Amino acid sequence: MPASIRRDMSKHDVTQELIEQVNCARTDGSTLEIVGGGSKRFIGREAAADARIDAGRHRGIVSYEPVELVLTARAGTPLQEIEDTLAQQGQMLAFDPPHFAGGATLGGTLACNQSGPARPWNGSVRDAVLGIRLVNGRGEHLRFGGQVMKNVAGYDVSRAQAGALGSLGIITEISLKVMPRPAASMTLVKEMDAARAIVEMNTLAGRPRPLAGACWQDGQLYLRLAGVQAAVAGTASRWGGEVLQHESNFWRDLRDQRQPFFVDGEPLWRFSVNPAAPHWRDGADWRFDWGGAQRWLRGAFQRAELEREAGRAGGQVTLFRGGDRAGEVFSTQSAALQTLHRRLKEAFDPMRIFNPGRLYSWM
Amino acid sequence: MVASHYFVLAEELTKEFRAFIDPEYVIVDAETQRPYECDGLSMYCAMPLIVLLPETVAQVQRAMQICHQRGVPVIPRGAGTGLSAGAMPREDAVVLSLAKFKHVLDIDPLARTARLQPGVRNLAISEAAAQYGLYYGPDPSSQIACTIGGNVAENSGGVHCLKYGLTVHNLLSVELVTVEGELVRLGSEGLDCAGIDLMALITGSEGLLGVITEVTVRLLPVPEQARVVMAAFDSVKAAGDAVSAVIAQGVIPAGLEMMDSHAIVAAEAFAKAGYPIDAQALLLCEVDGTVEEVADHITRIEQLFLSLGATLTRVSRDEDERALLWKGRKSAFPAVGRISPDYYCMDGTIPRGELAHVLTEMQHMSEHYGLRVANVFHAGDGNLHPLILFDASKPGEFDKAEEFGGRILELCVAVGGCITGEHGVGVEKLPQMSVQFSPLEIAQFHGVKAAFDPAGTLNPGKGIPVLKNCQEYRALDPGRGHVARQHPEGYEQA
Ligand SMILES: Cc1cc2nc3c(=O)[nH]c(=O)nc-3n(C[C@H](O)[C@H](O)[C@H](O)COP(=O)(O)OP(=O)(O)OC[C@H]3O[C@@H](n4cnc5c(N)ncnc54)[C@H](O)[C@@H]3O)c2cc1C
Repeated sequence: MPASIRRDMSKHDVTQELIEQVNCARTDGSTLEIVGGGSKRFIGREAAADARIDAGRHRGIVSYEPVELVLTARAGTPLQEIEDTLAQQGQMLAFDPPHFAGGATLGGTLACNQSGPARPWNGSVRDAVLGIRLVNGRGEHLRFGGQVMKNVAGYDVSRAQAGALGSLGIITEISLKVMPRPAASMTLVKEMDAARAIVEMNTLAGRPRPLAGACWQDGQLYLRLAGVQAAVAGTASRWGGEVLQHESNFWRDLRDQRQPFFVDGEPLWRFSVNPAAPHWRDGADWRFDWGGAQRWLRGAFQRAELEREAGRAGGQVTLFRGGDRAGEVFSTQSAALQTLHRRLKEAFDPMRIFNPGRLYSWM
Repeated sequence: MVASHYFVLAEELTKEFRAFIDPEYVIVDAETQRPYECDGLSMYCAMPLIVLLPETVAQVQRAMQICHQRGVPVIPRGAGTGLSAGAMPREDAVVLSLAKFKHVLDIDPLARTARLQPGVRNLAISEAAAQYGLYYGPDPSSQIACTIGGNVAENSGGVHCLKYGLTVHNLLSVELVTVEGELVRLGSEGLDCAGIDLMALITGSEGLLGVITEVTVRLLPVPEQARVVMAAFDSVKAAGDAVSAVIAQGVIPAGLEMMDSHAIVAAEAFAKAGYPIDAQALLLCEVDGTVEEVADHITRIEQLFLSLGATLTRVSRDEDERALLWKGRKSAFPAVGRISPDYYCMDGTIPRGELAHVLTEMQHMSEHYGLRVANVFHAGDGNLHPLILFDASKPGEFDKAEEFGGRILELCVAVGGCITGEHGVGVEKLPQMSVQFSPLEIAQFHGVKAAFDPAGTLNPGKGIPVLKNCQEYRALDPGRGHVARQHPEGYEQA
């Protein structure tokens, strides 16, 4: 493989600016909304901060060693730039992150814990993270984890950021494990109802075959195979189904939520549940991804009612897009978990500078 | 505090515990306590105040409440196979053993999950899942003995982690008893949860943040086939380059292990696996998956090794041969134990590209200290396990081994790696924490600890060093500490 990237990032002016902005906020007692590429501003609660901090300016790949399977980039680096760089070496971000309307950054992807359709098989962004650097609410620039595959020194502050929505600090740099691209891929389509699709996706996921995507929409089950050519072809002939043309466009549109289902303005609910939980609320407007572990429901519903249903299915529900964003949008935390969240917030951001109220009204 | 104070405290606590825990499982006499005086790092030992073996989660909660009210430290313990003294007792503390929690609570073959009590042995999970064609990925070499609770507490890895991940990648949910005795559940049956990823913080927390009382893990389908290539090389450098070359081919092996000449000789004498004892380095590279995939990869890898100067290769033809080739690797620690009265196992991780450099440096250190070092390790993910050979009966020799070990870890940090890949910090690596982390980072770790354990009574004195001691360690030798790692901007504010 060609030479690795190792960029001289000795001029840390942009980093310094971020730290200074945090220090100013500390002095004035003001709050900051952290914005990367702005592609995920619809995620979380509607919450007003005094000023915006532009983490998207803090960008660039810092180092990339294809043979080590490790890439380090500033958190504001667009996913597209990272993916293009990896593709030149036949590698990829295995967690297949959504770009949404475009401009998504690596930092935002980790903060919002966003991974694409391959997530059950390839792991999530949180799984791929090896280490981070972070500016906390005291304006301290800290480093956690590392740039090697295994590191158990200290608490795993890096992975704890996944889903924290920036409430613990500004992520400035991320080191990730990257993976080789599969040699071949193919998508099979089968007609099937929702209840049957859940069972089928789980049954097939239990077979030692190169499954890398399983979703269901509009009465069709889509199975993506990825790996060595012979294994993909061998599995396809065993499993049967129609071969989907332009399959990568299909999975990209699903990943980025480009289909009208996701963005036509109706409230969009995301269930993260036991993949094998039997289908319920039949007849409602559902789509399944992640082999049944991520289920999308469209329409106006009572949050409390959906939370009970999610609980029965072994997981949680989030109001992902639209609807009432002034109230809580994420799953209700028990009193004990609220206490832990509050105390961690206190430990990282005692003056509550970052993204106040974005995750929960009480954070 | 004085001894008589502990005596009184032990008496009072014993009475309280025996009111709700089988008196036999409230251990106070020194003889029965003896097996708990250390974990797998037996050079570090101390006697506890009391050893408790509760049998229900309610008992764990009650015991935690009592200790919390009295400010008595608690040390959670699994099988005691840890290698960093994480479960080492102290005279003022209660050792809370989860050994009675041995049940596999539930296996869901369709969802591919197993719900487990914390004392279930790692290997027992795969044994219970086998009837469904499933298994549990992380496979520490200690898997016949170590518990899933201990695995979560250490974020344990194993031979197959390059492809299948560490414990943290294979967990769905953890039930935890807090230091105050409250029961909380982290994670869910789904793949993620809202909010701060608390499960990530618990994984690898070495018993400092809570007592794990239930674990739900993800199971994987047993691959159709697995085959291993053994390749011998006449230099460590050639073997190290071959490791990188496999990855560069776009192949992620299920396992990629390396042994140096000391380890090869010891393992061959012990296991008779057919290793070439004149080789300087040996690689074991396993590929698994579909029959098609394995066929494709195994030939490519064997050809690659030969083209890179392998002096000998052997590919397993059946399961027996595969088991035999692995047998030497799996018994390498006890095998090395036979060529030396004692050995001390280190656990640094480095970028793979630094392998040859670090092994050569280690050889120089070995000469300097006059102690042999054997290397058996997870080459695929750069996780080194240097085994320093010494004789504990010779005065001062363990001290020398320990210093040597510390220097190896500092070298790992200096080349961009870290001080522990899977064994944890425990008591053992506290000094090196201040080489890997700045005082502000360590202070932030203390903040995390305080969020879970404000009074600091859960496994105190482990994992995260007291800041004052870091400064003292650095002061010992100005060449140590932050010079070893370039601290970029922001740090100057410390
Ligand atoms: C021969 C040998 C080979 C080994 N090989 C490997 C290997 O390949 N990979 C690897 O990663 N490790 C390896 N280890 C290290 C060790 O086996 C692991 O760290 C293991 O996970 C420890 O499990 P345990 O049940 O023995 O825990 P213990 O040693 O009893 O405890 C370890 C730590 O976990 C805490 N703890 C234990 N149970 C709980 C609980 N229920 N709740 C909260 N905290 C808890 C303890 O306080 C302690 O800090 C090896 C050890 C030996 C002796």
